[in-house]
Amino acid sequence: MRWGIPLVVTLCACTPVRVRPTPPKADEPKLDIVAPWLDPEAFWPKGTPEKPRPLADALADPGTPPVVIRNATIMTATGQAFDKGLMVVDKGVISYVGPADDVVPLPAGAIEIDGTGKVVTPGIIDAHSHLGVYAAPAAQANDDGNEMTAPVTAQVRAEYGYWPQDPQIARALAGGVTTSLILPGSANLIGGRGFTVQMKPARTAREAAFPGAPSTVKMACGENPKRVYGGKGGPQTRMAEYTTFRTTFLEAANYAAKWNAYEKMKALWNEKRLRAAEIEGKRADRKRKIPGETAPEPPAVDLKLETLAGVLRGDVLVEIHCYRADEMANMINISKEMGFKIRSFHHALEAYKIRDVLVKEGIAINTWADWWGFKMEAYDGIPENAALMTEAGGRATIHSDSAIGTQRLNQEAAKAMAAGRRAGIQITDDMALRWITANPAWVLGIDSVTGTLEEGKRADVVVWNGTPFSAYARADVVIIGGTVAYERAKGMRASDFELGHGVLDGTASATPATAPTAGSATKPAADPMGAPR
Amino acid sequence: MRIVASLSLLATLALLAVTAHAEPIAIVGAKVHVKPGQVVDNATVVIDNGKITAVGANVAAPAGAKVIDGKGKVVTAGLIEAVSAVGLVGVDLESSSVDGRFGATDPVHADPVHASYDARDGFAPRDITVGVARTGGITVVVAAPAGALVAGQSAAFALDSSTDAIRAPAAMHVDLGANGAAGGSRGKALELLREILDDARAYGRDKAGYDRNQKRRMIADHLDLDALQPVLAGRVPVVVGADSEADIRAVLRIAADYKLRIAITGGAEAWRVGKELAAAKVPVFLDPMQNLPGSLAASDVNDDGAAVLDKAGVTVGISTLGTAGMARTLRQLAGNAVGHGMPWDKALAAVTTVPAALYGLAGRGTIEKGNVADVVVWSGDPLELTTAAETVIINGKVQSLETHQTRLLQRYRK
Repeated sequence: MRWGIPLVVTLCACTPVRVRPTPPKADEPKLDIVAPWLDPEAFWPKGTPEKPRPLADALADPGTPPVVIRNATIMTATGQAFDKGLMVVDKGVISYVGPADDVVPLPAGAIEIDGTGKVVTPGIIDAHSHLGVYAAPAAQANDDGNEMTAPVTAQVRAEYGYWPQDPQIARALAGGVTTSLILPGSANLIGGRGFTVQMKPARTAREAAFPGAPSTVKMACGENPKRVYGGKGGPQTRMAEYTTFRTTFLEAANYAAKWNAYEKMKALWNEKRLRAAEIEGKRADRKRKIPGETAPEPPAVDLKLETLAGVLRGDVLVEIHCYRADEMANMINISKEMGFKIRSFHHALEAYKIRDVLVKEGIAINTWADWWGFKMEAYDGIPENAALMTEAGGRATIHSDSAIGTQRLNQEAAKAMAAGRRAGIQITDDMALRWITANPAWVLGIDSVTGTLEEGKRADVVVWNGTPFSAYARADVVIIGGTVAYERAKGMRASDFELGHGVLDGTASATPATAPTAGSATKPAADPMGAPR
Repeated sequence: MRIVASLSLLATLALLAVTAHAEPIAIVGAKVHVKPGQVVDNATVVIDNGKITAVGANVAAPAGAKVIDGKGKVVTAGLIEAVSAVGLVGVDLESSSVDGRFGATDPVHADPVHASYDARDGFAPRDITVGVARTGGITVVVAAPAGALVAGQSAAFALDSSTDAIRAPAAMHVDLGANGAAGGSRGKALELLREILDDARAYGRDKAGYDRNQKRRMIADHLDLDALQPVLAGRVPVVVGADSEADIRAVLRIAADYKLRIAITGGAEAWRVGKELAAAKVPVFLDPMQNLPGSLAASDVNDDGAAVLDKAGVTVGISTLGTAGMARTLRQLAGNAVGHGMPWDKALAAVTTVPAALYGLAGRGTIEKGNVADVVVWSGDPLELTTAAETVIINGKVQSLETHQTRLLQRYRK
C-alpha cells in the first residue's frame, strides 16, 4: 500500500497523480524487478522481486481470427480421441472439441482447415531445449547457454542468452513444437533460470515468452560440473558437488531469513508510525520520523540468492539434470533437508531403478527414447525408461536437449512407446502423446492453460499428415495461441540470419526447401510475425 | 566302385559339413525384399551353411530346417552402417574406451596424418555397443577412424562377434573438419591433402630410393605412405567428410587429379553439387535428420537433401556418421529420408546395397541366392518406429538380441 498519495489528493482535490508505473500490455511481460526509485515503499515487499504475470494471460488473444478444423482424428491427450472430430478455436482459445456431428455454433470468418485423413494433437512441448542459447550456426559468438565461470550462477537467465533469430526455432516449429523450456547448460551445479518460450517468430526474447509461465531454475549433478570445474577450483568430486548444493542453500535460507526479519521490522515500524500519527492527530506519512528511532534498513539484494530464496519459497520450479538413480536420491535428500521441492529430473536415464521413489515424491522425469552410453552416467539407459515410469504411475516426458531431436519428439515418443509395449507394458497412444504434451506442460507449470485439447485451453495445436507416431509423419499446420504459425505448404519462415542466403529464403535457393505435398490449409496469410509495431 | 566310393566320401563330407554348421533355417511366408525394388510376398528364404540357398514364393522349407514363421513379417538384408564408431568408441567421454579418434580440437591442422591407422587394431568385437546395434537390425558396420585430415583405414565387421574383418581396409578416411579454418585456411587443408598424395605417389614410384634416403623430405611417415598406395591405385576408396559446397567441389577436383575413387560423407551442402556428383559417380552418405545450418562454413542445408540428391542421380547412402550408441537408429534415419521425399526402395538401398557397393562387401546387402546370409526379420516396415528387428541372422546364424540393456530391464522389471 502506498502512503502519501492521499495527502496529495486532499491538497489538490483533483485526479490523483499516479507515480506507479503503467501496467504492462498483454504482450509485454512485466519485469520481475520493479526499479525501487519508482516506488520506494513497495521496494522488495516480502523480500521477493517476483511479481509474476498471471498465467491466465496466456489465454487472452482477442486479435486472432477463429479457426475451424473438420473431419480430423483428434487426439486430446486427456485419454479421449475423436475419429471424425471437430475443433473450433476462438480468440486463441479452444471453444469446442468433440465429434463432428455435434451442432456447434461456428464463429464467423473462421480459417477452415480440412482435417480429412489428418491427425490433430496438442502442440508439442519440449521440457529441455537450448534453442536460442546454443544457436546455429555453431559460432563462438552465439554460444550463450553455459556460464562456465562459477559452479553456481543462479543469478543468470536463459532469457538473456536467447537469440530469437536462431534458425533452429523455425525448424522446431515445423516439427510441431509450440512451447519449449530453454535452459542454461549443465556445466554448473546451479546454472541459472530457465525461460519458457513459444516457438514463434519474435524480435525479442520477451515477445516470444510464454505469458505468465512460472520461473524455473536449472541445476545439474554428476559428471558435467566436476568435469568443468575439477581443474578450476572445484567441485572436483561428487562429494564437493552435493556439499556445495547444501552450503549454497544454507546461504539462501539465511538470506531469506534476513528478508523475513526485515519485513517484520518494517511492519512494526509502520505500526509505530501510525500510532505516533494517531497520537498527534495527523495523517501518517512515510516521511514521518519517530524521535530516537531509525527506520529498518532493507538487506542488500543478491540476485543469485533471490533465485534460490524463490526456490525455498516454492515460487521457482526446480529442474535438475541428473542421470543416475543414486544421484537423484541424493538430490531428493538435500531438497528435504533444505526444504524445497524438485519439479522434475532431466535425462534421468536411471529413473526406472527408483521409479517408486519418484512416484511417491511426485517428481516428474524428462528422458530420451534411446540416447545412452555416451558417458559413464548414461551407461545404464534403457529404452523402456519412460514406459516403466508411466506404468508405475509417475509422470514422464520425452525431451530433446537437441536441436535435431526437438524437431522429431513425436518420433522419439513413438520409439519409447514401442519399446514399452515390446516389454509388455501397457502404453496407450494417449499416454505416449502425453509424454510430449500434457506432461511437459506440467513440468513447466503451464498445464492449466495448455498441453491438452480441451475447451477453455489455449489453442496450441498440430495438424499432422497422419499418425504422429511414424517416421513419415510431418506437421502440416502448427497453431500457437490460436494463430497459424507454420504451414508446410508454405514452407518455413527464414530467420533474419537466413535472408539473402540459405535454403529457407526463396530468393536464394535453387530448389524449394521442402516439396509442398498438401494444398494450403489456410487463406494466404501475412507473415506471422507481422510488420514491426 | 571308385565312383560309388567317391560319392559316399562326398556324402560323409557333406554330413560332416552339416553337423559342423547349424541346421538350415527357413523363414516362411514373409514379405521379402530380396533387394531394393524386388519384393516377393509370401516368400520363403532358406539359409544353409551361412548362405542364402533359396529365396522365392515357391520355395519349400527343407526337411529338418529350423522354421521361422514369417507371416505378417518383413524380411530384408541386414543393415550396413557405413561410417560407424561401433566397436571403436564405447563410452565417448572416457578416453580408455575411445579408439581411432584423433585431434579433437583441430582435425585438419593439429595432427593431420594417420593413414596407417588400421581400425582392425582398435575394434572391440564384444563391446556393448555391438549388441545394441544388432537390436536395430545392423549386421555389418564399417568401423571408421575420424578426427584427422587423413584419419586412417576403416574395416568392415560383421556384428556376430567375429574378430576377423570381412573387408580391410574398407576405405581410407579423410576429414576436412567442420572447423577446418580454425588453424589456418580451408584451402591450406586441401593443399596439405594434395601434398600428402604427392608424397605417397613419389614414394610409391621409388620405394628403394626412399629407403636409401635419396628422396626429398616427406610430410608423412613411411607406414602412412605405404597405406596410401592402394588408394592411389584406386583399389581402396577414399571417404571424405566434407560439408560445404566449396569443399565438396575441391574434393571432386582432387579426386579427378589423382584418379581416386571417393565418397562424400556429411554432405550438408552436397545437394548444391548434385549434377557434378552424379557425373563423377561419387556417392554421398548423409544423415537425413541433420537439417540444421550447423556451421558458418556450411549453412545451406536442405531439409530434404537425400531426396534432392537422389533426384539428381547421385547414389545416396544413409548413416548416423559415427555415433556408436545410436547405430540402432539407422532405420529411423532412412525412414526420415522417405518422409522427406526419397523413394522407399532408395532409402533401403541407402542402408544396404549402397554401402556394400562402396566398400566392396561381396555377397552382402541383398538376400539373393548365393549371398551371405545377413538377414533380418522385422515385425513390420523396417523404416518405421514402432516395428522391431525380431530375428537377426548374421553369417547364417541367429544372433542373440540380449544386451546390457535387456538384462537391466529384466532386473528392474519385477
